[in-house]
Amino acid sequence: MTTRTQTPEHPIVDDNVGMDYLSNLPRRALTIYLPLAVFVFVLLFPFYWMAITSVKPNAQLTDYANYSPLWVVEPTLQHIRYLLFETSYPGWLFNTMLVAVCATFLALAASVAAAYAIERIRFTGARYVGLAIFLAYLVPPSILFIPLAYIVFQFGIYDTKLALILTYPTFLIPFCTWLLMGYFRSIPYELEECALMDGASRWQILTKVVLPLAVPGLISAGIFAFTLSWNEFIYALTFIQSSEQKTVPVGVLTELVRGDVFEWGSLMAGALLGSLPVVILYSFFVDYYVASMTGAVKE
Amino acid sequence: MKANAPSLVASFGQARNGPGLLFMLPAAAFLLCFLAYPLGVGTWLGFTDTRIGRAGVFIGLENYQSLWNDSVFWLSVFNTILYTVAASALKFALGLWLALILNENLPLKSFFRAIVLLPWVVPTVLSAIAFWWIYDSQFSVISWVLMRLGLIDAPINFLGDATNARASVIAANVWRGIPFVAISLLAGLQTIPPSLQEAASLDGATSWQRFRHVTLPMLSPIIAVVMTFSVLFTFTDFQLIYVLTKGGPVNATHLMATLSFQRGIPGGQLGEGAAIAVAMTPFLLAAILFSFFGLQRRRWQQGGAD
Repeated sequence: MTTRTQTPEHPIVDDNVGMDYLSNLPRRALTIYLPLAVFVFVLLFPFYWMAITSVKPNAQLTDYANYSPLWVVEPTLQHIRYLLFETSYPGWLFNTMLVAVCATFLALAASVAAAYAIERIRFTGARYVGLAIFLAYLVPPSILFIPLAYIVFQFGIYDTKLALILTYPTFLIPFCTWLLMGYFRSIPYELEECALMDGASRWQILTKVVLPLAVPGLISAGIFAFTLSWNEFIYALTFIQSSEQKTVPVGVLTELVRGDVFEWGSLMAGALLGSLPVVILYSFFVDYYVASMTGAVKE
Repeated sequence: MKANAPSLVASFGQARNGPGLLFMLPAAAFLLCFLAYPLGVGTWLGFTDTRIGRAGVFIGLENYQSLWNDSVFWLSVFNTILYTVAASALKFALGLWLALILNENLPLKSFFRAIVLLPWVVPTVLSAIAFWWIYDSQFSVISWVLMRLGLIDAPINFLGDATNARASVIAANVWRGIPFVAISLLAGLQTIPPSLQEAASLDGATSWQRFRHVTLPMLSPIIAVVMTFSVLFTFTDFQLIYVLTKGGPVNATHLMATLSFQRGIPGGQLGEGAAIAVAMTPFLLAAILFSFFGLQRRRWQQGGAD
């Protein structure tokens, strides 16, 4: 990523010979712009569908004979109002936020220390610990949730937010540590050497020298960890029972769907509002997000 | 890197293990307590008849024996493999195509890159709920469009029929997975020096030959890693199935993860659920090793060739 070459002025991938660009435009449109348009349409349509459904009055929702389902006449906010004032939705939003923020901070703190120890202190066996961390990253939550439920129950934290705050770092720490190890590796040894000469302790080197230089890495890891915790489902579904402790994904699915009457309007509004925080965060930090996603893959 | 490590730092050798362990402590505590320990507990639970609210006793391989004779379990194994293979192949093909498109000189390139990733960013459960509504048996917007075009007469029963349900959940999974594959491969594509393409086209290579003999070999290490992750995510998928079908109709879409949940948590049979989860591990390892080494080997072959 760092050694990204500048884009060539003439796309070499093109087949056009010489300056004959205009005659190739139709071909380019057919092979590039058309597929791109189809991709973008398919990838974004569910969001449009969510948005349009969440502002549709109930009467239009299932009346395809008189109204086109793709558009809305007289949009209404009744579903959103219902969601915010007549369900526990605001509480779920708060729970999700609290759990995601706490889990992210715990995971970041533990990962910074661990990554620094593995990458820079290089204690005996650091390489193997690094490998173990990577393997831990590959352990999927869907084979861990049953024993974890058992353990959470034994610890007496079943049905509390603490259960989620303590278990989410299990998938956040391996990821963040792995990512931060890469960032720490890129910081020159000489800087630490200088600090050591000046008599700084390991802790001072970490907080005063390494961390300020690793801020982009911290942001990347933090953003990614936050979205992962926000999106987490299976632990929240398993460890939480009472309605007021639920997170948004679990709450929307288990509490807004009652019997056979699907209130699609409020369901879609719930899905949309629950996605907004991560989408907003993502839109501010696209590059960091992409860097963390591809960074984890590239190592 | 190691060779460059200055002797000053090296002289702190003896003093390293103390602070090293201290710095590792928080992460190690979390991972041992909530990752390694549960893995052990899970394995042990698989050998017991533990139920929710009742401690179990050791029953040896009984859980595995009953799973061996359980047609629903084998159906879930079949479904998981089908789901993983079909969804991963589609994600790879479409993701690579999208990555190649995004690697072209496009106006608003970074904007496209940003919005394309959206399906990956939003919570799976919430986008799955949107798919649930899109797949509604009466009011599906897809059925409506197809009926308007005169292609079908009655709404498609997306989630009510075994074949349709399988195709529908695979489509939803592919929808969510394409952005991850595409953006990761795009990052890989951007590291391929344009001069290689240039050299190949000077030698008279067609665009297919350039893709096949320049782009693909250069990309294969990253393809191996991306597809390993993709296979891992798909194989252990739970959320999408849980939202869309809960394993139905008649277990036609039950994956091992959803079956494990259904038996373990609502069914209360923690021991059996844990046994299913443990049974996932060999398949999972095989899938990871296959996609990682299978794809990696090609790089070695290519590397050894020149």
